[in-house]
Amino acid sequence: MALINTGYLEYDELKNIQTLPDDERFSKGPVAIIECVQEIPCNPCEAACHFGAIQVGEPITNLPTLIGEKCIGCGMCVARCPGLAIVVVDKTCSDTTATVSFPFEYYPIPTVGEERKALNRKGEIVCSGKIVKVVNPASYDHTPVVTVEIPKEFADEVRTVERV
Amino acid sequence: MLQKDVLVIGAGPAGLAASIEAGKYGASTLLVDLNMQPGGQLFKQIHKFFGSSAHRSGTRGYDIGKQLLQEAQEANVEIWMQSTVIGIFPEHKVAIEKGLDSGKKEMITIQAKKIIIATGASENAIRFNGWTTPGVMGAGAAQTMINVNHVKPGQQIVMLGTGNVGLIVSYQLMQAGCDVVSLIEAAPKIGGYAVHAAKIRRAGVPIRLRHTIIEAKKGENGCVCGCVIAEVNEHFQPIPGTEETIACDTIALAAGLKPTMDLVKLAGCKLTFNGPFGGYIPLHNDRMETSCLGIFVAGDTTGVEEANTALEEGKIAGISVAEDLGLISPDTASNQRKEIWERLHSLRLGPFGERRMQEKEAVMKEYETCIGAPIPIQ
Repeated sequence: MALINTGYLEYDELKNIQTLPDDERFSKGPVAIIECVQEIPCNPCEAACHFGAIQVGEPITNLPTLIGEKCIGCGMCVARCPGLAIVVVDKTCSDTTATVSFPFEYYPIPTVGEERKALNRKGEIVCSGKIVKVVNPASYDHTPVVTVEIPKEFADEVRTVERV
Repeated sequence: MLQKDVLVIGAGPAGLAASIEAGKYGASTLLVDLNMQPGGQLFKQIHKFFGSSAHRSGTRGYDIGKQLLQEAQEANVEIWMQSTVIGIFPEHKVAIEKGLDSGKKEMITIQAKKIIIATGASENAIRFNGWTTPGVMGAGAAQTMINVNHVKPGQQIVMLGTGNVGLIVSYQLMQAGCDVVSLIEAAPKIGGYAVHAAKIRRAGVPIRLRHTIIEAKKGENGCVCGCVIAEVNEHFQPIPGTEETIACDTIALAAGLKPTMDLVKLAGCKLTFNGPFGGYIPLHNDRMETSCLGIFVAGDTTGVEEANTALEEGKIAGISVAEDLGLISPDTASNQRKEIWERLHSLRLGPFGERRMQEKEAVMKEYETCIGAPIPIQ
């Protein structure tokens, strides 16, 4: 696995390990992408989802599985995952753009309307992004979920924005 | 002489969990720790914990610490901080240098029917040229500085080691506003969880595998101003000609931990050497009792793992002393231990846990073979 040598996942590598939403599911609206690929004892994502869309089961080292039809892309799991390994991608927000909602635990927290450089899994700049939503209620316990709007073609690549 | 049912040494997750169980069942319980505040490492662990959602996972370490202190209070556990155990003698007489509110110390000897040693672990040092230069420190020390004392250890950090400690502390240093320049790892692969490594890489920080630090550079101010790294061969020896200098003002070392064994040795508990668990550890049975009758162990002292397993082992030790004191029936104790061992089993599954599960079983098997039944301290 390239991951243990580099620290990041190639998208193809991720697709081989996790069940990702197909094009049809993406066409229906926002959906969670679980980038958790090692069998570690952890299952808060399962309890975080109010719609039963994430399954871990027993033993708790099972990889989480997303049931695409049940997922509404609400983002509860994004804030709850201790590994910060879940994002929500919406490829339906406009003809040319997509949004990626990701956990962001650095100060300053991005603000709506701000332009920030959007980064991939290696921390490389992919494109410029516009912050369109920041959700940070007490129940998220200091893990703000930030949504960035980017050109649609980068929706599977962009996973965070730069720290400033 | 002050008499107690239970003395617990070490107020980290294992010691707190053990005290809460013993106190809950009505044992007069004294918990002592040499630090200023109880909680062990929990209060510097600002990240959300992994584990089972039924048992506090997804909760940040310091919040788990607060919950445990509340439970200890409810269980009437007496806590002495800045208090150091300096002797353990036959008949369970224990000499404690007790910290007083005035800042002075007082020597007190107590006698406890049962003793639980949960003294945790300490960081391994790595020696290279200049390793004593100010600015070279354990990753745990850097973590205490940022998360407990709110002081940055420096601005430009090089982290040695990519186990979970190296990865998590690197992330938290960035959260605190430091620049992590690079992570250096002698092994050919990243040691810790991929999700922790992914956070580091997303932030644009390089991870240099098959490399080590060979020198800390000292600046005009006498402190670290850089480090020399080199590629290593398959025997982890630096390859001449591959040296390169990285500018930094802090070198943090995350090269594993070893169990803190001083009191276990002092009590005369039988030991075994176990590499994966970090070095010498006390042999113990599935009740967490050592070769010494009435002396129990829990947490990293029994082999370096993490807070979740420490909490569970602490509970087992607390239940076992309550049983031996006649506060709960053997059946109840046995059933509760069985449930906890099942949880421990699930925490030790998967590629990162299997080895620890095998080693734990080997330690308890060695206990059965070599000791069988514990005997009083000689």
